[in-house]
Amino acid sequence: MARSSPARTGWLLSTPALILLFIGALGPLAIVVVYAFLEPGEYSGVVWNFSTEAWFRVFFERDIFDDTVSMADAHLTIFWRSVKLSLLTTFITFVIGFPTAWFIATRPPTQRAIWLFLITIPFWTNLLIRTFAIMEVVRNQGLLNSFLMWTGVIGRPLQILYTDTAVLIGMAYVYLPLMVLPLFAAIDRFDFKLIEAGYDLYASRTKVLRRVILPIVRPGIVAGSILVFVPSLGAYVTPRILGGGKNMMIGNFIELQFGQGRNWPLGAALSLILLLIVLVALIAYVRVTSNDGGRDGQT
Amino acid sequence: MKNLMTSAIALMALTGAAAAEGELNIYNWGNYTNPDLIKKFEEENDVKVTITDYDSNTTALAKIEAGGHGFDIVVPTHSYVQIYVGKDLLMKPGIPEMENYGNISEVWKNVDWDPGREYTVPWQWGTTGVAVNKSAYSGDVNTSAIWLDTPDELKGKVNVVPEMQDVMNLAVMYMGGEPCTTDKAKLKEVRDKLVEAKADWMSMDYGMTEKLGNGDVMASVNWNGSTFRARLNNPDVTYGYPKEGYIVWMDNVAILKDAQNVENAKKFVNFIMDPENAAMISAFARYANGIDGSDDFMPEDMKGAPEIVVPEELKAAGKFTSSCPKEAQDLYTAIWTDLQK
Amino acid sequence: MARRDFSVSALPGFGTIAVIAFVLLYAPIVTMVIYSFNDSESVALWGGFSTRWYAAAWENTQVQEATIRSLIIAVSAALIATTVATMAALGTTRRGKFKGQTIIYIMINQPLMVPEIVTAVALLIFFAAIKVATGIQGLGYLILAHSAFCVPFAYLPIRARLEGMDMTLETAAADLYASPWQTFRRITLPLLAPGIAAGAMLSFVISLDDVIITEFVKSAGQDTLPTYMLGQLRRAVTPEVNAISTALLVLTVLLLTAFFLLTRRRG
Repeated sequence: MARSSPARTGWLLSTPALILLFIGALGPLAIVVVYAFLEPGEYSGVVWNFSTEAWFRVFFERDIFDDTVSMADAHLTIFWRSVKLSLLTTFITFVIGFPTAWFIATRPPTQRAIWLFLITIPFWTNLLIRTFAIMEVVRNQGLLNSFLMWTGVIGRPLQILYTDTAVLIGMAYVYLPLMVLPLFAAIDRFDFKLIEAGYDLYASRTKVLRRVILPIVRPGIVAGSILVFVPSLGAYVTPRILGGGKNMMIGNFIELQFGQGRNWPLGAALSLILLLIVLVALIAYVRVTSNDGGRDGQT
Repeated sequence: MKNLMTSAIALMALTGAAAAEGELNIYNWGNYTNPDLIKKFEEENDVKVTITDYDSNTTALAKIEAGGHGFDIVVPTHSYVQIYVGKDLLMKPGIPEMENYGNISEVWKNVDWDPGREYTVPWQWGTTGVAVNKSAYSGDVNTSAIWLDTPDELKGKVNVVPEMQDVMNLAVMYMGGEPCTTDKAKLKEVRDKLVEAKADWMSMDYGMTEKLGNGDVMASVNWNGSTFRARLNNPDVTYGYPKEGYIVWMDNVAILKDAQNVENAKKFVNFIMDPENAAMISAFARYANGIDGSDDFMPEDMKGAPEIVVPEELKAAGKFTSSCPKEAQDLYTAIWTDLQK
Repeated sequence: MARRDFSVSALPGFGTIAVIAFVLLYAPIVTMVIYSFNDSESVALWGGFSTRWYAAAWENTQVQEATIRSLIIAVSAALIATTVATMAALGTTRRGKFKGQTIIYIMINQPLMVPEIVTAVALLIFFAAIKVATGIQGLGYLILAHSAFCVPFAYLPIRARLEGMDMTLETAAADLYASPWQTFRRITLPLLAPGIAAGAMLSFVISLDDVIITEFVKSAGQDTLPTYMLGQLRRAVTPEVNAISTALLVLTVLLLTAFFLLTRRRG
């Protein structure tokens, strides 16, 4: 193969994707950056006056009653709840998704496509309908409570709907394929002879899992975790419907600023903060995985 | 890549052949337009009507303000009409000269948000009050105490629709203040009351037509028409008009300044002021319409319905609220954030 | 085959968890199917068996058009996103580190990092300016917007597949004087296929689900099934959407079964 420089080929091959993203995502982001430094309009939109008020309001709140300035603890609470729920969602989807992806990847080749489709078919049904269906399952007279009462595990219905538990169930459900599919893509290229070899050498199951399987499927785990964690952070529909709206997540909070709150600059500033948090996490990830790539290459 | 761009542009052009003759694009709240009404209009005028939905006044305003939307008609709530007018987004289609103008009830002709009906005609009007399931609570329902000083029977079973401005105004009125107040002492009382009351709430959600009907929720801040529909599924559901103050609103049909099918839009505006057609609007979403004589064409179950006919002694408690000015708005948002954190 | 069975049983409980996962995945879907036959006005209150919502959906051209529009957008977006993502993944993986790799990586994943509402508002302003300037209002804007936010969803599974994929075969092919294109077509692409399939499926599903960006970008007459439902959310969602989703589900399963049977016969 002609050895062209990796940088040139790399940029060349990425160009179509980058152009698409410049139009559909990165360019518009520039608008958001500008908006974060403007004043909110009276009823919507922005007024073209430079202002850093939005940034001040992200971190501090001026008490509306006595004008004292303090840390914006409402914002912290909302950010922390989102991070916590997103981490839990990622963990749950991994615990369920890894065995599922493994199961699919170990079917005979002709069947694998069917299993893959089986896992995605529920997701061909619209997100809102699925979320409503989950509501149907977890509500007081719903499937889950009826089942638990019938088996006698509980005496009276558990209030699951409109709690963080419901949000967690909903998000784990919604984001499961985002974990399963990258995992599958990684496991599927796995040479199963390695496991056999592993057993010959180590014998212990946990050791095989840790030393043979995990390193090879790690890119899949990382890809899946990003695909689940990052969108959950900004989730909007699921917390709104299943959480009952009593407690917001970041996505809902930002939406409030662009909607009923009529403060676009604050919404823009908040989302740039969110972007920054995710960015730091992603850069750290790229550093770690590209080092690993180097090591794998040598062996 | 070039191919991709060309085909993308070609696709835009291909599907962008709007604004042909005999079309009308209506931008309205979802599940709010009677399909039979549209069918009738299409047949009478040989026009193809396209309905596109929105879910909030803010989204609709943002989109229309941005431009390039292709809509001819929009249906903003009264509190937004002045904002549209202020931003010069609406057309003056000469409504008072229209054939059916005389059908608008006298009370709805000279309204604060559109004196003399220069820009808009009534679509539907309603109230925001409380809905209570009588099987769970038999006390007085004509009070916001249902959700602000929740009776023991209803604790943990109350919902509050997440309409920031309406809910805040209801709470302010309950505490004896004026809507859109900037009186900080009053607002502090309101905030403390809301935070305390929230402990007894189950949720802050929409979709109460169903949840009241199926008993998931026993009481809620709710709209009258939605409560009406819930009662049809569950006779125990009753509607209350809080005596401390409740919200009256009206959604209004307006033609946009950049409308492309102005003639058809005018026809439609005149069309819905016909009593028979206005009754069709009401029959679908279950709100009153503000057109004289439409009662004769209303479905039987709506005539004299307690959700629609406001009791005489509670009429004075109803308030038309306008969109709060920036200062009040900021205070409201701060309290709302505190409430939902 | 025996080897494969051995390896599965080597991880006890995995099969069970997978089966439970499938059951859980389908529980809400089954609920949806059952409630599509509900006679009551409400999606949550059982009122006896009836097919009235199928009749209603059959009559309701708005919901049908919205469904078809959703599918057109999702298929187009998945095709575009998967194509550009595959190229980008090939360009940024397994080539040794180069300057700007991290930047490309971050730019590609940017749509993931910003909540939808933010991209939505920005796109609204951006596209509205183009719409006003050109007077063109087609579906292309929606397809473009969807393709863009689908790129990371296609890119990450493909990259996960590529990373650490054995280069021996490709090097061997090159040694045997296969052209770079031949090597790619005959060796790399087939090896990459599961990753591409996973990426395409994810993009399709993600596009099909999108509510907020679509709500802000759509022009007159461009409701998709999700925005149609969003509009109903505040008042009441009718079981028509259950009916149409069930119909869509049945259609999908039929098509897939036919496709599977046909390809197997040929194989």
